[in-house]
Amino acid sequence: MSNQAETKRTYIDALTRNRVYRSIVRRGLTDTNRNRSLAIFGNFFLHIHPVKVNVRAIAFTRTFYLGGLSSAAFFILVVTGIFLMFYYHPSVPRAYEDMKDLQFVVYMGPFLRNLHRWAAHAMVALVLLHMVRVFFAGAYRPPREFNWVIGVMLLLITILLSYTGYLLPWDQLAFWGVTVGTNMVDAVPVFGEHIKFLLLGGNSVSENALLRFYVLHCVVLPMLLVLFLSVHIWRVRKDGGIYLGPPGGEASIGNEAEQFNQPGTGRTSQAAAD
Amino acid sequence: MPLIDDLKLPIDDEEYNRRAFLSALGLGALAAAGLGTGITAIRFMWPEVLFEEETRYRIGKPEEIPVGTLVALPAQKLYVMHGPQGFFAMSAVCTHLGCLTRYEKEENRIFCPCHGSRFSTDGEVIAGPAPRQLPRLHLSLEQEVLVVDASKVVAPDTVLKV
Repeated sequence: MSNQAETKRTYIDALTRNRVYRSIVRRGLTDTNRNRSLAIFGNFFLHIHPVKVNVRAIAFTRTFYLGGLSSAAFFILVVTGIFLMFYYHPSVPRAYEDMKDLQFVVYMGPFLRNLHRWAAHAMVALVLLHMVRVFFAGAYRPPREFNWVIGVMLLLITILLSYTGYLLPWDQLAFWGVTVGTNMVDAVPVFGEHIKFLLLGGNSVSENALLRFYVLHCVVLPMLLVLFLSVHIWRVRKDGGIYLGPPGGEASIGNEAEQFNQPGTGRTSQAAAD
Repeated sequence: MPLIDDLKLPIDDEEYNRRAFLSALGLGALAAAGLGTGITAIRFMWPEVLFEEETRYRIGKPEEIPVGTLVALPAQKLYVMHGPQGFFAMSAVCTHLGCLTRYEKEENRIFCPCHGSRFSTDGEVIAGPAPRQLPRLHLSLEQEVLVVDASKVVAPDTVLKV
């Protein structure tokens, strides 16, 4: 260290120039392509994207960021849902009262409850729009057909999450909504009656049904969703990133054609990073 | 006495070696254990005891219900009707998707608030998506009191003459 560097020491330097910080942030300035790549390789959160991404792949109008926005809605739902769980008892005498308490008594209760509700609506809408976008882009075709199937599973889990959450306020709308829904299950050939009985834990929407829907809503389905979502995002990387149209087609032309003057940012380097 | 191998008889099947046998044994055990666990897990979700409502209800004395009167008992999810032929009981649960219907006195009709099915006081479908008439329930006279057993569905034209 020269004297010149000593005089330039700032508070940021004091924070960063120590072993603890260096054990977490391994890379210094991202001054070279190699260092930039390694910074992304070595970071759990950034490695959702390849080290090099085609600029066309991250254009807003290509995906409208619908998958990412769906995930963001899910993140909001997990956070607000955990907060709601601290004031909600899944029992017949308490459920409705607790929901009303959240609306009128609990500090920030209405905000949390409304955020959970609107994020839930938004997530269903975003997942559907994401699916429509992928469909019209033709991105469900090989080699991405398996990921399309996982996406369909994710849509199903999203709808089931939405449906199980519907019963929890234990008001008239919830009660009859779930009565109607579980009676539809009755129409399944052969096993319909058994599935309905298993789902409700009895013959009608009762305290057992409330507890079952609560456990499904708060534990089983979110865990399944996280599992499938992880595979879904990983699969996007493994199938060559965001679909850019048929090979050689206009939409698939790499960055070189756009005079993006960073070397090695074309499709070939992306494939190498994957 | 020659050993069977010494006879050099042609044998078609491939030798089943120890590794293949043990693999099959292991996989078989794993499959059996998995199947057992799966069945047990599903069986676990089947409740042994249900704390559900009683299905037998004492309605009242028959002479308290004049001819042409429909007694609505929403808490018990049933109706008792004194028709021209006699008494009968029917479920108040809509045959469409299981909502609780209500009796509308002004129009003398049974109405389902969920999807708008309408039934006559005989339980016949007049309008809406309901596929069947309201099922009739077992009605009997015990010690001069009408008793409904909601767990027993009876033929649609059953009446109780008192």
